[in-house]
Amino acid sequence: MSAIPSSPLKAEVKKLNFYYNLVQALNDVNLPIAEKRITALIGPSGCGKTTYLRCFNRMHDLYPGNRYEGEIILYPDQLNIISPKVDPIEVRMRISMVFQKPNPFPKTVFENVAYGLRVRGEARRNLLEEKVEKALKQAALWEEVKDRIHDLAFNLSGGQQQRLCIARALATNPEILLFDEPTSALDPTATSKIEELIMQLKKEVTIIIVTHNMQQAARVSDYTAFMYLGEIIEFDKTDKVFTHPSIRLTEEYITGRFG
Amino acid sequence: MPTDNDKNIQEIRKKIALNKLRDHLFWIIGLLSTLIGFVLLFTLIIDLFIDGFPRLGWQFFTSYPSRFPEKAGILSAWVGTILVMIVTAATAVPLGIAAGIYLEEYGKKNWLTHLIEINMNNLAGVPSIVYGLLALGLFVYFLKFGESILTGGLTLGLLILPMVVIATRESIRAIPNSIREASYALGATKWQTIKDHVLPYSFGGILTGVIIGLSRAIGETAPIITVGALTFIAFLPSSLITSEFPFLSFKWLMDPFTVMPIQMFNWISRPQTAFHINAAAAGIVLLLMTLFMNGFAIYLRYRFRKRIKW
Repeated sequence: MSAIPSSPLKAEVKKLNFYYNLVQALNDVNLPIAEKRITALIGPSGCGKTTYLRCFNRMHDLYPGNRYEGEIILYPDQLNIISPKVDPIEVRMRISMVFQKPNPFPKTVFENVAYGLRVRGEARRNLLEEKVEKALKQAALWEEVKDRIHDLAFNLSGGQQQRLCIARALATNPEILLFDEPTSALDPTATSKIEELIMQLKKEVTIIIVTHNMQQAARVSDYTAFMYLGEIIEFDKTDKVFTHPSIRLTEEYITGRFG
Repeated sequence: MPTDNDKNIQEIRKKIALNKLRDHLFWIIGLLSTLIGFVLLFTLIIDLFIDGFPRLGWQFFTSYPSRFPEKAGILSAWVGTILVMIVTAATAVPLGIAAGIYLEEYGKKNWLTHLIEINMNNLAGVPSIVYGLLALGLFVYFLKFGESILTGGLTLGLLILPMVVIATRESIRAIPNSIREASYALGATKWQTIKDHVLPYSFGGILTGVIIGLSRAIGETAPIITVGALTFIAFLPSSLITSEFPFLSFKWLMDPFTVMPIQMFNWISRPQTAFHINAAAAGIVLLLMTLFMNGFAIYLRYRFRKRIKW
């Protein structure tokens, strides 16, 4: 762990181990997450980057046989979010996620964005409308959908659906936003829109992004962690990782010699 | 002089011709098999209509059974069928859907749920008369519900319960996991996810299963005879609505009853041909009831699936 970010930390991973039943998928990983910065996780398929990301909102708790060890400390209240004593629902209310494939609910655009608020018991119509509009604007989707906000979300294009999913995740003012390869199912135009959006969003929210597209990590992120076989090989400022990697394996990966 | 290449092409053409011949052969076999089923069924239905259609009329629907075929009708039978179906739906639907949700969303995958699953699939194939025997012992003798609408409805409810459970599980399973994860990731609890997503998105499929189950139950005869439905009922069950508070009465649940297939069975087993015509007419009514229910199921499936694309 070479570089400690200069900006304040939003979260800190300490000696995290993760097991799918008996198979260890993450091995003693550490990672500082800088507040209102973008941290990218890169690495070849199967290196554990998605597994890592899904620890942050306790997605693994949905399936039996999964086990965490270690700590993910969330600041400022220093809560260990992977502790069995912490309710995963509380964690998910503070940390939102955008998935690999756009997964809008088969409901209207409005109901998709409002769902997180409804889960929190919000039923006041004017407040919901206000927050939905705000989230859609944040996700740079408002102008495109404002006239069909009560249409089904499936009528949107793939890129619009993914931005809708981002709006849905933003509507509840999360402290951290997780992106799991958010553009892998999209065409280049939609991809660049999403990338632009992610860079905009870091003004308001801490972001962790998993990507197998190295150019994407280089373009959008402030910090990059290179993962291999369930371990973090190198972590540093993004430009440092991509221009002067200190470890040979990192260099081989980013220059395309394996992975 | 033909080259090697020409020869090869000739051979390939021969093979294609042979494959196409096989293709046509299967097409003919398939068509014939389909036609046999279709023509037989169609003939039966036409025959039923020719025999029974002239008998259908206001009098037929509003008369009780009688010794005189031309005075007899199906009033007690169709009222009985509808009331029994109400009891059947009211028991099998909530129980079946709840059990399906439990097994699919809550139940941990262990040997016990596995055992329940195997049993459930087998139960759907148990002969209906066996359900009749079970119901006779449980509802008539043990719980003392008598030979009532309640007993009949519960028996058929038991019969279609596995079908409702299976339909529920299959429709729930068709919902991609990514949708559940999207809901959980927003902080929803299991029940919120089920109530807001799993159930609404699988509702069309569940409803289709329920209606197909009910349209099977509506034609069942054996278990209803076993629990002692009468074949000659010349009165209606007590009214559902009363003039005094609370305006609803459940006395009808304990009344004796008959249903359409039993009325048909009764008429067909008599020697006079005039009664056979009555049976054909009752058959038409039963057939239309089933057709209507299946049509409704198709409509619902279409309506609910139209909004949902995965």
